[in-house]
Amino acid sequence: MIEFLQQIINGVGLGAIYALIALGYTMVYGVLRFINFAHSDVFMVGAFSGYLFSRFFQIESIFGGVMVMILSMGLCALLGMTIERLAYRPLRNSSKLNVLITAIGVSLFLEYSFQIKLTKPLLFPALFPVKSFLLPGGIILSSTQILVIGMTLFLIVLLQYIVLYTKIGTAMRAVSFNPTAASLVGINNDVVISFTFGLGSALAAAGGILYALNYPSIEPLMGVLPGLKAFVAAVVGGIGNIPGAALGGLLLGVIETFVNGSPYSTYTDAIAFILLIFILIFRPAGLLGKVTVEKV
Amino acid sequence: MPEIQANLLELQNVVVTYGVINALQNVSLNVSKGSIVTLLGGNGAGKTTTLRAISALVPVKSGQVLYQGEEITNLKAHQIVSRGLAHVPEGRMVFSNLTVLENLQMGAYLRKDKKKIKSQLEFVFTTFPRLQERAKQIAGTLSGGEQQMLAIGRALMSEPQFLMLDEPSLGIAPLLVKTIFEKIVEINREQKITILLVEQNANLALEISDYGYVLETGRIILQDRSYSLRNNPDIRKAYLGG
Ligand SMILES: Nc1ncnc2c1ncn2[C@@H]1O[C@H](COP(=O)(O)OP(=O)(O)O)[C@@H](O)[C@H]1O
Ligand SMILES: [Mg+2]
Repeated sequence: MIEFLQQIINGVGLGAIYALIALGYTMVYGVLRFINFAHSDVFMVGAFSGYLFSRFFQIESIFGGVMVMILSMGLCALLGMTIERLAYRPLRNSSKLNVLITAIGVSLFLEYSFQIKLTKPLLFPALFPVKSFLLPGGIILSSTQILVIGMTLFLIVLLQYIVLYTKIGTAMRAVSFNPTAASLVGINNDVVISFTFGLGSALAAAGGILYALNYPSIEPLMGVLPGLKAFVAAVVGGIGNIPGAALGGLLLGVIETFVNGSPYSTYTDAIAFILLIFILIFRPAGLLGKVTVEKV
Repeated sequence: MPEIQANLLELQNVVVTYGVINALQNVSLNVSKGSIVTLLGGNGAGKTTTLRAISALVPVKSGQVLYQGEEITNLKAHQIVSRGLAHVPEGRMVFSNLTVLENLQMGAYLRKDKKKIKSQLEFVFTTFPRLQERAKQIAGTLSGGEQQMLAIGRALMSEPQFLMLDEPSLGIAPLLVKTIFEKIVEINREQKITILLVEQNANLALEISDYGYVLETGRIILQDRSYSLRNNPDIRKAYLGG
């Protein structure tokens, strides 16, 4: 039982990061109906900006850690908006395949540009104070886990608030449902799409930093596997659906952690894709794909 | 019948093509301020395309669209709205995933004055009380007629001077059609909103409008005062059921 609870905690910690990345995939899909394959590299850039900004603040402090996160999220929001502006917007009226290929191109561009300078993984600093808590029954809860779960929860609630209760968030849902009708009420679709990229990229940056805190080494290809899994999580939850992406991420994290602790641990990285196949066969719209109308 | 006044909207030789299809060929029409003008024509005549050209949803290949004497041909769709034009599109296009209230709030997207937005919302609710009853409901669950009211209400929220309506009677119960047409007249008379009405229901449209144009395969083939069109034997035969 204790073992089970411990695995749940570890799984939720991992799943929270998948969820943060999955939200970006799902939001961009919501407004543009395409998978932004460069998103996983924004996650990677997020981790590197965290590394960069950590030099300007005291590490192992809450203030410094929060500042580093905010700055990295801001920088990556700009990066995401720039990618959209330069690479995707000119293709707004092209076929989806062209945009998809461009996204893969942007992804490779980011990965290889970072590889020019970085031949070895870098050790990621402990931004926040590190402590472990021994809970009754012998469950170990690290401050990093609390941070990851707490921060993810906070960001998801904030995102839901923006999407459901602000004017720009309502506009996002409107554009997602019908861009033509949105332009007929005076919504500039470009502005909303840009905002969506910014928001998704900021969340990916937060994910990148939280991921790096857990596995304290970062390298230019670090986004590939988590990005792919987060994409699976978004599809599992129902692509375009925000609570779905969060649910899919958490589910995947927990399942992966259990598989990893089982005799089948060699299949850990494959489990996401097995899950994907099952979902596509039995519930192609994803877990929350049809039930909810809250699509972005 | 209002006096012939300055043209609020003017189309001059507008040409629109979809690939090789010529949807509009040198369409010219005028809508004078304060009037209701109707655009009639069979399926595929180019009525919707005319409204889409005014709203910049399709590129105008040649010709001009003038609003209050200024050219608006090359603006973006969202900029057209800021000039005071509103468009209730064919098929209504309400945001089915948003609530009725959110739909109306989006209608006021470009409005900044909170007080005016609120009073406009009250006006919309008095015009269509049904919308107030369903304010919290998801728009996708409304009936066709209610969605049409919502689409009109949403357009009114931008406080337009000029309103385009694309087949507001399409697929709606006859009783509601009557209500909606009464509201259109009311909006025109009381709010002094100029209206360009596209309809297949020529009878009703000619009854409430001042002037009419008839489109056929992308060309204006006839134009006249509405009461003259109603008595025109060709029109009676082609559009009014004999
Ligand atoms: N998106 C489109 N692509 C290609 N052809 C179109 C498109 N929309 C309309 N058309 C064609 O343009 C012509 C005019 O259509 P439309 O303006 O919708 O007519 P109406 O509203 O009078 O029924 C028709 O021949 C129609 O088939
Ligand atoms: Mg039409």
